[in-house]
Amino acid sequence: MGSYTYQRFRYRTPDELAGGRPIRRPVAIVGAGPVGLSAAIDLAQQGLPCVVLDDNDSVSDGSRAICWAKRTLEIFDRLGVARQMIAKGVTWKVGRIYHGGRELYRFDLLPEGGHKMPAFINLQQYYVEQYLVERACEFPGLIELRWKNRVTAVADLEDGVRITVATPDGEYHLECDWLIAADGARSSVRAMRGHSLAGQTYEDKFLIVDVRLEASYPSERRFWFQPSFDRGESVLIHRQPDNVFRIDFQLGRDADPAVERDVARVMERVRRVVGPQVPCQFEWCSVYTFRCARMARFIDGHVIFAGDAAHVVSPFGARGGNGGIQDVDNLCWKLARVIRDEAPAQLLASYEIERGRAADENITNSRRTTAFMSPGSAVERQFRDAVLELAADFPFARGLVNSGRLSQPCDYAGLPGIGPDALNGAMRAGRPCSDAPVIRADGTPGWLLEQLGAAPCALVFVDDEAQAARAEADGADCGIRGLKVITVGARAMRATGLSDPEGLVRSRYGDAAGVTYLIRPDQHVLARWPHCDPRAWRTAWDAYGRYDEGRASA
Amino acid sequence: MSELRVADGFGGYGDEFYERLIAAHQGLSERQSGALNARLILLLANQIGDRTILAQALAAARASVSPAPEAVRE
Repeated sequence: MGSYTYQRFRYRTPDELAGGRPIRRPVAIVGAGPVGLSAAIDLAQQGLPCVVLDDNDSVSDGSRAICWAKRTLEIFDRLGVARQMIAKGVTWKVGRIYHGGRELYRFDLLPEGGHKMPAFINLQQYYVEQYLVERACEFPGLIELRWKNRVTAVADLEDGVRITVATPDGEYHLECDWLIAADGARSSVRAMRGHSLAGQTYEDKFLIVDVRLEASYPSERRFWFQPSFDRGESVLIHRQPDNVFRIDFQLGRDADPAVERDVARVMERVRRVVGPQVPCQFEWCSVYTFRCARMARFIDGHVIFAGDAAHVVSPFGARGGNGGIQDVDNLCWKLARVIRDEAPAQLLASYEIERGRAADENITNSRRTTAFMSPGSAVERQFRDAVLELAADFPFARGLVNSGRLSQPCDYAGLPGIGPDALNGAMRAGRPCSDAPVIRADGTPGWLLEQLGAAPCALVFVDDEAQAARAEADGADCGIRGLKVITVGARAMRATGLSDPEGLVRSRYGDAAGVTYLIRPDQHVLARWPHCDPRAWRTAWDAYGRYDEGRASA
Repeated sequence: MSELRVADGFGGYGDEFYERLIAAHQGLSERQSGALNARLILLLANQIGDRTILAQALAAARASVSPAPEAVRE
């Protein structure tokens, strides 16, 4: 019996097949994985109804995506699911790198303080999906989860999409204004639309195994290049909740998946990693190869692709799951505005461009890690091994050792519509906002990102009450729909004002009175200025909304 | 803007450096020499650190052997 009990979600005969009148939906989402479920919750939090279609009736089979990075946790926090995830998730701090039988070095992750969310957690994908399903069920009037509903055709309507869905009760049709295809790396919607992923396929085969060990087994992340105890190229072990450990074996090009997934053989390998004495239970395994590839465009008419359906990478760096959630974060506020006629449909082009850059970054990082882990030629191996051997004695070479670069959020600086940026300092236009501890006007402690929420925000640094009052009044008049003005001062001066108990807001954002950040609903900085000028906010906001023109001039 | 030095940078120490470079390879197999070269390049590249100069040095070295392959995507 495994450590996780899979719950089956109940299939219900859809209204369309139960004699109900078909209703057109603003949004249909294909795929109830982390990406599809997050999109449903994000839209529901903005008051938009959607239907989620999934061909299965349970959560992820196996742990799959297990590492969730800070930016993703911040998004999950906005979606109301981070608390459970942090409580359940585990973190490792110490890592060790080995070459052959020799330990080259150890490192201790010392994450920066002053953020609500940790740098990352390890948490099995089935838990992430379970928490997302539970959260989605808190929106009974807005989110309809339809299990065992398999999409078999997608046809264009003039201003939307007509989907054919197969169920245990037969087939029905569903019309929607927009379809989000979040149906994974083997996306059937992508295939039905005649699209494919372009990129590189790697021949190396990997065996991924979850085993349960006793609680006292070390939490360190350990990575072996050319391990002395295994025939393969590399081995990685790290911890997940429930004393489940993930072990990744790089089997090489010629491995036979059918042979390698034999459980007795798998456990023999595992024994050589954990030692013969440690009690050890098999949970799950999978043999995989991977691609680094993406769709050329993520939007096709009224069909929008997100997550693995749009782009795939190797698992090293945890860039698949994290990248997918960040797609949702970028997309949903825009889609909500377009559906409400608050923005032209061209606003969605920014999703494609910004997340296209993110996909390219993830692919680049993934490609570099793969090159380091799987040297292709003799000279490549010579340099790789030189880096490893130098790393034992020379700290600089440790920076070149590449067993995965953990997902970092994409910086949209320089892309069309981003800016102006009239300040120096790291928190530039295009970047996601850094969190920092704050104290609210009512004296309660909180976090900056919680205050930003999912509204467009102007974050204004002020010296006195008069400046704070003026910024608020000007902001209310500037004409950006739903704009929230948040002032930061030595003390919280207005109802939505904040103070900065540790000085971290000022040190992360700049500290002159008047400094203003215009922040998008996905908490990325849109523009910033040294002075508080609400007319400039409106101009910047509108320039981003008119994305098609920005794009033409880019 | 940094620029790869093409004029003499050894300041009279060139012959001695060259002799030491060759001596460092003494008694090594071809494989070991390759390993030494790789380590040396990494040490020196880290010392230089400058992205532009390193790119110019790589391009100059490659061009003097045979035409460069397609540039690596950024």
